[in-house]
Amino acid sequence: MDQRTQEFLAYVQDGGQVEATDWLADEYRQRLLKFVEMHANSELMGVLPEREWILKAPTLQRKLALTAKVQDEVGHAQLIYRVAEDLGKPREQMFADLVSGRAKFHNVFHYPTYTWGDVGVIAWLVDAAAIISQKALLKCSYAPYARIMRKICWEESFHILHGRDVILALMTGTDAQRELVQEAVTRWWPPLMQFHGNPIPRDEDPMWIWRIKSQGNEEARQQFLDGYVPQIWELGLTVPDPKLRRRDDGVWEYSEPDWDELRSVVTGHGPRSQDRLAFRRRFLDQEQWVRDVVLAA
Amino acid sequence: MKVYEVFRRERKGQPFEHAGSIEAPDAAFADTWAREQYGRRGESDALWLVPRESIHEITEWADEFDLKYRRVDGYSIKARLKEARERASVAAPDAG
Repeated sequence: MDQRTQEFLAYVQDGGQVEATDWLADEYRQRLLKFVEMHANSELMGVLPEREWILKAPTLQRKLALTAKVQDEVGHAQLIYRVAEDLGKPREQMFADLVSGRAKFHNVFHYPTYTWGDVGVIAWLVDAAAIISQKALLKCSYAPYARIMRKICWEESFHILHGRDVILALMTGTDAQRELVQEAVTRWWPPLMQFHGNPIPRDEDPMWIWRIKSQGNEEARQQFLDGYVPQIWELGLTVPDPKLRRRDDGVWEYSEPDWDELRSVVTGHGPRSQDRLAFRRRFLDQEQWVRDVVLAA
Repeated sequence: MKVYEVFRRERKGQPFEHAGSIEAPDAAFADTWAREQYGRRGESDALWLVPRESIHEITEWADEFDLKYRRVDGYSIKARLKEARERASVAAPDAG
């Protein structure tokens, strides 16, 4: 590591933030770009499971709320792709890498949805897990990303409300409705436990070393469990993990998540990975004329 | 395509703050996208869109003439105060 890089590292580790126009260490720029690109891809791909439910939403109010949420998430993708572009990768290239399967997106967006219960659990628990990761970016050493996250986290708070409302409506409904929620929680639990990644110690995690993230993977998972397991239990729902418990010292114990499944899913082998990429590919082609017109303007 | 820096003001009387940037082929597109991305939930009272190349940034601060008396770090109060107190205690030993 040359001296300039060492000084840069010391600066960010001391809480320093950098701007788009500042000199950035090569390794920092590469890791940051990869992370930001995956985040943007996840926002864009994350709307697909929910989009399927706009037509099937149970009431007009829910249909409008879901449409607004989808618009928010696509908007987040736009904001984050812009941050990635400034780090040196053209948007067209990012789209090409996404649809060809070279770039990744979050594991939870590779799974199917079966019922309206899934839509509630996505908006409540998947979004909750995502907000914990996103809040850890508010202190990101890359200031343009941190600023964008302020707006994104603010909008995400609407989504959690929407999710909680959907869940509470079902949980105060018929037995069949309550069953929909329980089935969805059972389905989503394994991907939720994988969501924050393997419990690599913070000091060995390059994302922490470069202060791209302000917390480690396991800290994020513990925060999720601490915030949400009590809420799940309080509604009379169960979590499909017999080992799950909160120790006296406040640490949550749980069964080892299936890391092989996580690896396989994020490399494009999830149950809906290929369908959703095909959908994006089709729309990218179909809307090429729009970009051509805009760029010719 | 052109990059526009977006500054937003939450309420009248508050300062405009840098919020992010958008890329657009011209000012009309930039206007439309900025409204969508930074104002559709009523979170902004006003926006400024500034083409990035119009921003003149200053980050180098030369100080050839040692003008530090115009800054707070230009005064070494602490060391002088310590010395002055020590002298005072020598001059008037009964005061303490």
